[in-house]
Amino acid sequence: MNQAYEISHLLAGVMLVTSFALLYQQRVAAVLNTFAAQSIALALAVAWAAWSQDRPDLFITALIALTLKGIVIPVALRRTVARLGIHREVEKVVGVGVALMVGLALTGLAQALLFRVTHGTASHAREELALALAIILMGFLMMIVRRNAVTQIVGFMSMENGLILAATGARGMPLVVEVSVAFSVLIALFVFAVFVFRIRERFDTIDIEALDRMRGDRR
Amino acid sequence: MIHAYQVVVAAPYIAALVLLVIPGYRLGAIANVAASGLTFGAGLWLVVSERSVGDYAIVDEFNIVFIGINTLVGFTTALFSASYIGHEIETGRLTPNLLRFYHAMFQAMMGSMNLALVANNIGLMWVGLELATLITVVMVGLYRTPQAIEAAWKYFILASVGISLAFFGTILIYLAGQPVLGEGVPAMTWSLLQEAASQMDPAILDLAFIFLLIGYGTKVGLAPLHAWLPDAHAEGPTPISAVLSGLLLNVALYALLRFKMIIAGQPAALDPGPVMISMGLVSLIFAAFMLYQRRDIKRLFAYSSIEHMGLMVFAFGMGGPLANFAGLLHMAMHSLTKSGIFFAVGHIAQAKGSQRIADIKGLSVTHPRLAVAFALAVLAISGLPPFGVFTSEFLILTTTFARDPWLALLPAFGLLIGFGALLMRLQDTIFGEPVGPAHRVDASSVPMVLHLLLVLIAGLYLPPALIGWFQRAAELLG
Repeated sequence: MNQAYEISHLLAGVMLVTSFALLYQQRVAAVLNTFAAQSIALALAVAWAAWSQDRPDLFITALIALTLKGIVIPVALRRTVARLGIHREVEKVVGVGVALMVGLALTGLAQALLFRVTHGTASHAREELALALAIILMGFLMMIVRRNAVTQIVGFMSMENGLILAATGARGMPLVVEVSVAFSVLIALFVFAVFVFRIRERFDTIDIEALDRMRGDRR
Repeated sequence: MIHAYQVVVAAPYIAALVLLVIPGYRLGAIANVAASGLTFGAGLWLVVSERSVGDYAIVDEFNIVFIGINTLVGFTTALFSASYIGHEIETGRLTPNLLRFYHAMFQAMMGSMNLALVANNIGLMWVGLELATLITVVMVGLYRTPQAIEAAWKYFILASVGISLAFFGTILIYLAGQPVLGEGVPAMTWSLLQEAASQMDPAILDLAFIFLLIGYGTKVGLAPLHAWLPDAHAEGPTPISAVLSGLLLNVALYALLRFKMIIAGQPAALDPGPVMISMGLVSLIFAAFMLYQRRDIKRLFAYSSIEHMGLMVFAFGMGGPLANFAGLLHMAMHSLTKSGIFFAVGHIAQAKGSQRIADIKGLSVTHPRLAVAFALAVLAISGLPPFGVFTSEFLILTTTFARDPWLALLPAFGLLIGFGALLMRLQDTIFGEPVGPAHRVDASSVPMVLHLLLVLIAGLYLPPALIGWFQRAAELLG
């Protein structure tokens, strides 16, 4: 039983490390790769929870995390970035050093909050929750300190990874699968919205004609 | 056997699917009104039907107050929208396809709000509220102007913060309930959680409440989490502004109050009252001052909504049967008045072709009847008798005064500041030399007049049956 918790903590820890990595990436492509790594770690964590808690429905959540957030969305976003030729560099509001320091402080805050208040309850759930909360807060941080819409989307999705981790950490919580599906659909929707938004910004219209003209140029 | 609450939730969703395939926006608008009317009928049926508590749905005195208002304002907004939205096609701001999408989304949003209101499962409540929020995000960006997209983006970012924090708070509540109620659905069932609250770990409940307050508080529009609200109101279609202010903020407040009821069951946990009182007061006073700087008429009334939500949160924070009663009454009055005002603002925007206050001068010369209705509505929301908002504000202030005279000064101060700003703006728009174009207004004034009449009647005479109903709801709130 202890081993089960250690593995889940290990995977949650890997996710937290990727959260830090997200903050210091300089290029959008690298941000997307790091996010894909985090999603794969989440998929593993959820799959492990499904197996160790004997809850087969969680495998669906793991599968969604793996395919949609580990592969499809990063690839789609990278295509969007390449096709529209938007900035390849990450646009920062504050520097990497400051962002990392704040991230560290947030992680400390998450640990302090949960370790103090959930004293006496199932300690394993509380550790997982503390890690998840740190990931959620780092997602916020990313949304605040990075200006570009694509990096903000990644921040949001990273935050959502933290939420799904928290939900699987709370043993036997119903609705986890439903919520993760709903969220993923939503993200797909907003990725699409960013796409439209970006086209508008670049061409000052969302006419398909303008897009066609652009493609004609390239050929 | 079909229950009323099932119809209230299912009818809008089914209507949304039907509306997606109905060709022609006129037919769609009529179908939208019909569906909203049906839901309103179901809402009335719910009010008189038996109270019940199930695994997933709950019907008690408290939530039927909200559902009643929700379905009523949904119906009148659909009526307004049907006569209003055709104009947007003529001016080329919307295409027929977008309008079909708009009607379907309107119903889906109503269904999601009703789902959040009848849910007895805290996860389901969260899902309903978030669905409704995200649909409004899409609706705010409907015109696809750069400003609308920016407003939608800002709304999305801040709403997602709210979504996540509220969900984390929900997980924490589950964790608090799990040792007492066992794993699975029971630990997410609101009615069971409330009964078992006294055995839960107070420390987890404290933490959960903070997350829920920030998460759902973002949706209520409490300062300093309100930044999305004015933009979203200003850039979206006017019927959506009416529904946002009149209904969605209420649903978020409802969720917050449900959790307050759980936390209140554990005496060792932190007392939600003082936290809510201070957040409410900050929002009230801050928004009242912000009213002076507004140049856009929809933004002006969006800040007024923040002010009134602040007052409600203050009243519910005070607690006790009397303050809760006043808070509920104020919520009902604010919903009716504010959506009525947005109907009027829609008329004005069509008449003047602009929402900038500077462009809306001399309304009494060009559109005398509209000017009178608008003036009455603004006087009503600023809390003048004989309208219902006066009654509820008066009740809130007097109950506060009875308990803590010094504390009562703060909301009174905020309300006075807000009153001044609204009066000043009202004068700007109604009187003076008319500027700019003066178009004919096609939109129907029936919903606006109906809302005003209801608020007026409530201000003059509250039927004992209604008082009794609100009192029972207030008692449940503790």
